[in-house]
Amino acid sequence: MDDRIEPWGTTLFDGRAARRGFALNKMCFSFNDAANRDEFRRDEDAYCRRYGLDERQRAAVRDRDVLAMLEAGGNIYYLAKLAGIFGLGVQDIGAQQTGMSVDAFRARLLGAGG
Amino acid sequence: MARIIGGIGTSHIPAIGLAMARHQCADPYWKDFFDAYAPVRRWLADARPTVAVVVYNDHGLNFFLDKMPAFAIGAAPEYRNTDEGWGLPTLASFPGDAELSWHLIEALAAADFDLTTCQEMLVDHGFVVPMQLLWPNTSDWPVRTIPIHVNTVQHPLPSPARCLRFGETLGRAIEAWPRDERVLVLGTGGLSHQLDGRRAGFINKPFDLYCLDKIVHQPEQLASLTIRELVAQAGTQGPELIQWLVMRGALGAHVRQLQRNYHVPVSNTGSGLLLLEKAA
Repeated sequence: MDDRIEPWGTTLFDGRAARRGFALNKMCFSFNDAANRDEFRRDEDAYCRRYGLDERQRAAVRDRDVLAMLEAGGNIYYLAKLAGIFGLGVQDIGAQQTGMSVDAFRARLLGAGG
Repeated sequence: MARIIGGIGTSHIPAIGLAMARHQCADPYWKDFFDAYAPVRRWLADARPTVAVVVYNDHGLNFFLDKMPAFAIGAAPEYRNTDEGWGLPTLASFPGDAELSWHLIEALAAADFDLTTCQEMLVDHGFVVPMQLLWPNTSDWPVRTIPIHVNTVQHPLPSPARCLRFGETLGRAIEAWPRDERVLVLGTGGLSHQLDGRRAGFINKPFDLYCLDKIVHQPEQLASLTIRELVAQAGTQGPELIQWLVMRGALGAHVRQLQRNYHVPVSNTGSGLLLLEKAA
């Protein structure tokens, strides 16, 4: 195996991603606090601007587009806190990223025991 | 003198805590997973540990990416759990043992493992879900706890080899503590899973079973893997195996396997359970 190349569909959250995504992840970190989640709900874009998200990151949040958020430096553990506001769990997020329905994604997971 | 009585490897995913909060443990999806913990709880009732050293990774509750330690240890009289943002109920605080923490900090530093020391430390699902699995339905935890965080969030991560060595040093440090304590070491997380990217949902059962085999008597073979190999074989979150390697290292060269289970899927993961007793 070439140790320098990630498998298909896989990127490491490394220093480059951490720098690119700092503002986005910092905003998501604020969602540990219920008052901040409420404030985000009241005016999403204003909240994003306050944390200094760039246009690409704001668009990804607006579109609930997890792959675009990852490309913009989002870390999945922080994005999970944002997804929680939208009522989405890890299987909803998995389905979205793989282009499958949630039922199909769950069925694929169930098949992993075979 | 303090004695390590055993080690447990277990999953720590939030879905387990949510299932417990929603009383779904007997549902068909969850029953086999939770049933496997019954013998472990019986062993705990007999073994009566007084201290649990819990090796896990924080997922964005105590540490943000502004400061991300590779290895961090709690040195507080108690550890609070709090809101992580997506609905896991908050559990009762966990008693600490700051004197033992500082002994470990000193002993590990003397052996060239320099830890970030935390006199305040919030503990997230990575810590609380295993505690809840071992001692369900209580707010009166029967052990004092020492949280140890190993970074698996932001690369570069500590290598598997370093984590095994860290565990070995931790084990010696625990057993150099002059008080009579019965210490349990928990390695938490894993096994294979990938939450992010187009390969999301990736689970590798053969590799998980290989890891459960090797970690008992040949942990060096797992320690020879690189983090990138772990990502390839076990998914982006698969490197959590390093938390298990710390636990395994702490038990020393010789162990007896008392309990082992593998269940797939548990939410998006392949889930391992291992109970090891330290052998003479």
